[in-house]
Amino acid sequence: MTNKQLFNKGLRDGLPICLGYLSVSFAFGIFTVGLGLSVWQAILISMTNVTSAGQLAGVPIMVGGLPLVEMVLTQFVINLRYSLMSVSMSQKLSKKVLFRFRFLFAFMVTDEIFAVSISQKEDLETPYMLGLIATPFLGWTAGTALGAIAGDVLPSMVVSALGIALYAMFVAIIIPPAKKNKAVAGCCLLAMALSCLFYYVPAFSKISQGISIIVCALVSGVIFAVAFPVADEENEADGKKEVPA
Amino acid sequence: MIDTGVFFLYLAVMAGVTYLIRMLPLVLCKEKIKSRFVKSFLYYVPYAVLSAMTIPAIFYSTSYFLSAVLGLCAAVVLSLFEKKLLTVAIGACSTVFIVEYVMKLMN
Repeated sequence: MTNKQLFNKGLRDGLPICLGYLSVSFAFGIFTVGLGLSVWQAILISMTNVTSAGQLAGVPIMVGGLPLVEMVLTQFVINLRYSLMSVSMSQKLSKKVLFRFRFLFAFMVTDEIFAVSISQKEDLETPYMLGLIATPFLGWTAGTALGAIAGDVLPSMVVSALGIALYAMFVAIIIPPAKKNKAVAGCCLLAMALSCLFYYVPAFSKISQGISIIVCALVSGVIFAVAFPVADEENEADGKKEVPA
Repeated sequence: MIDTGVFFLYLAVMAGVTYLIRMLPLVLCKEKIKSRFVKSFLYYVPYAVLSAMTIPAIFYSTSYFLSAVLGLCAAVVLSLFEKKLLTVAIGACSTVFIVEYVMKLMN
């Protein structure tokens, strides 16, 4: 394939991701403006982060003026999965990809882009990757802008209804693998139980949400990694199905 | 409304950490992770994070507890049928909207 054909193939593969991002980032825009940030601030957060779960957790920390170390830890834990994806992706990049492009592609390592790129039969070439990441970035930014602007003018009942959108997506990400894999289901239930413990038990209620998520994830992750280690080959297969967030 | 300088400080930290997590392995890592424990841990962590982020926060993501609970039920049912993310999100939002509309009518 010529460079142009590769680029066009990337564009084509990226378009469904772009459409999905429009709606998720729309909800993020509403959420962020609802917490008191400006439209341009919401857009800037999306343009520099491109990660839904991380942004959703980061904005309350920002608005609440919580310690910066909490921002570091929260983003680290929530986005840690990207490291694994980046490792897989580094094996998949064609030898022809110039080193400096790795710095660009790294910026757009998301669950969806990872899933699409790793499912390609051939090694990943630069034009293909450029096409693949182009429209998702635009969709993520444009959706945030639309949500942030429309969030101001939409009736409160619509805003309330959209408030559940991102959480509903998280449910949609968790449940299919949990249905197939009892260990994943157990890990999810443990994390939820711990999270409720932090939220509802008065002795723990002073602990911020950011720290609570970290502790819940680390404890559940370590316990299940020890009790139900992933088989090497299974890990490979599951990595491909790794889900959007 | 937070101070613009403070905003940029938090933004820089947030974006910086997120980028480093993605960039360092892609740039440095040429070999696959061998540790079975680390691989397993990285496999479970996303699900644990999303679970902890969703419960109990989802119950307070709408105007009323009841609409949020029913919205969650809709999301769970649709997810069990492995519907697309967008479908699940729209289903949950619609449920919340309808429940709150009915609640408004009854008041």
